[in-house]
Amino acid sequence: MSPLVSIEGLSVAFNGVPVLRGVDLALGKGEALGLVGESGSGKSVTWLAALGLLPRHARVSGSVRLDGRELLGAPAAELDRVRGGRVAMIFQDPASALNPVLTIRKQLCEALALHRDLSGEAVKAEARRLLDIVGIPDAGRRLSAYPHEFSGGQVQRIMIAMALAGNPDLLIADEPTTALDATIQAQILELLSSIRREMSMAMVLISHDLGVVAENCDRVAVMYAGRIIEEAPANQLFADPVHPYAQGLIGALPPLDGPRRRLTAIPGTVPDPANMPDGCAFAPRCALAAEPCGLAAPSLAPIANDRAVACIRAEASRRALLGIAAE
Amino acid sequence: MSAPLVEVAAISRSYSMRSGMFGRSTAVHAVDGVSLAIPKGETLGLVGESGSGKSTTGRIVLGLEPPDSGEVRFDGKPMAAPGAAAWRAQRARMQMIFQDPLGALDRRLPVATQIREPLDIHGVGEPAEREERVRELLRAVELTPAHGARYPGALSGGQRQRIVLARALATKPDFLVCDEPVSALDVSIQAQVVNLLTDLQAQLGLTLLFISHDLRVVRQISNIVAVMYLGRIVEIGSADDLFARPEHPYTQALVSASPAPGRRSAGRIVLAGDPPNPAARPRGCAFHPRCPRAIARCASEVPVLSAVGGNRQVACHLVTGPQVETRDAA
Repeated sequence: MSPLVSIEGLSVAFNGVPVLRGVDLALGKGEALGLVGESGSGKSVTWLAALGLLPRHARVSGSVRLDGRELLGAPAAELDRVRGGRVAMIFQDPASALNPVLTIRKQLCEALALHRDLSGEAVKAEARRLLDIVGIPDAGRRLSAYPHEFSGGQVQRIMIAMALAGNPDLLIADEPTTALDATIQAQILELLSSIRREMSMAMVLISHDLGVVAENCDRVAVMYAGRIIEEAPANQLFADPVHPYAQGLIGALPPLDGPRRRLTAIPGTVPDPANMPDGCAFAPRCALAAEPCGLAAPSLAPIANDRAVACIRAEASRRALLGIAAE
Repeated sequence: MSAPLVEVAAISRSYSMRSGMFGRSTAVHAVDGVSLAIPKGETLGLVGESGSGKSTTGRIVLGLEPPDSGEVRFDGKPMAAPGAAAWRAQRARMQMIFQDPLGALDRRLPVATQIREPLDIHGVGEPAEREERVRELLRAVELTPAHGARYPGALSGGQRQRIVLARALATKPDFLVCDEPVSALDVSIQAQVVNLLTDLQAQLGLTLLFISHDLRVVRQISNIVAVMYLGRIVEIGSADDLFARPEHPYTQALVSASPAPGRRSAGRIVLAGDPPNPAARPRGCAFHPRCPRAIARCASEVPVLSAVGGNRQVACHLVTGPQVETRDAA
């Protein structure tokens, strides 16, 4: 099956400072892909660059194809049909994504008028249907309310409704629940999963929370300093991470049950994009780092079915993993 | 268990809030009859969602604002009135760290100067010794004197939080209130700071009140955990036991809502509705409109926090001592 989206060698630099350094990623129809990494790792920039949403001074190179059609450098009219139409995006702070002085009806109908061939009463009926889908009670009456009259969780539901207005094939959810309380986060994640199943929509879930990604995605890509360093099915990545950084991230997460253990903190901090170390960007913080790690940046190489890792020291773990797979 | 260093007895605090420019003012009960005891050298974790009153509780415990009723006792003595000389002496023994280290630091001063400030204010040691004490504090939080010469803007988020921690430790406090100290940090840096806090607590015999919405971090660091909902404690018990066997329906939902790698979301308790507005507190048990197990009594009668066996206390009409035992037996 040909992928819905394929990204190859995507690189981004701001004022000559590289922030994305060659990202390869493919996403199938209806698939849920998780993107994890710490702040500044390039999770959000990947998709902002793919959709042409970065400011003009950003230098973007590589290739991003949606159903085989190149998006990088595509004419504005074509991008306008893609954004909000075939690919929708929701963000961490839903309150600032809505216009505070317009009613929800106005804002939903605007999205519908742009991307759907509807008019008059049909638009209003569809707006109401969308609010029903995302679980806003008393949708008919609430359409004439303003954003401040809704709670944080409800505003994120409204953003999801707006994202669904164009019947997207792909929803990019960038930290959609980070600003919400735990019980509300559970509601929103469940809503996203059920909508995705019902509409057979693909989803990219960007999060710093490994737990959120593990539970809601089929496949996970881990990013570090502008590159993907490991990619695997969600259950395998968390049971058996191969890249030392992925191992570190999972070890740094305090357990919620079982015996308490000292957290395995990763020493040091993320490198400054303007002063990237030679070779592997993680080497200065890596316990396994050896001399060759500082020479050339390792490329993402397959180690098993559906699994790939960018680490030359992962050889031992890699062999063990293949050994198990061969039996 | 050693004698409590901090005792909080039935503190309440309400604010008046006006809805709209001409609206009537209503009383918002931010904290409503909270009692806690933190034994010397131990950590009490306070969890709850936004608006549950956990930060207000922390501020009252520190004496940053007075309770409307109830009392806070520190080392057996009641807290002195804010501003008094006795209060200043007590305050040198208790310090705090907040979520946003950049907001807590002055961007125009080198961080070493800021670590030194509490020493000057409280007149700790001779001026000449203070320089050495600053270097010692920087070492304690695993930074170097070179870091001390920098301005906050030139440090990473994790390093800034270490500076805030070093400054809080300057007066050799016995008690530290940490309000979401690692929430703004990335996972790997969060682990560094949590480990550091655990080490310093063991070395210095610190007593901690650790406020966070993150159940994982709270469990990692706490001996006792209290769960707050709309200004009241709904459940309190030992950390491991409480997260392994939550009794209150709200705690159960909270534990179940915490995502875990390697577990799919099957069997999750997803609560309906939003966290209620503290200005419009539901009658009876404040949690009843969202509670999957609520009965008629919950809407009229406020449940009292009562012991249910072990060192657990729960405020729920459906959870009582004997019932728990029969359910365990079944």
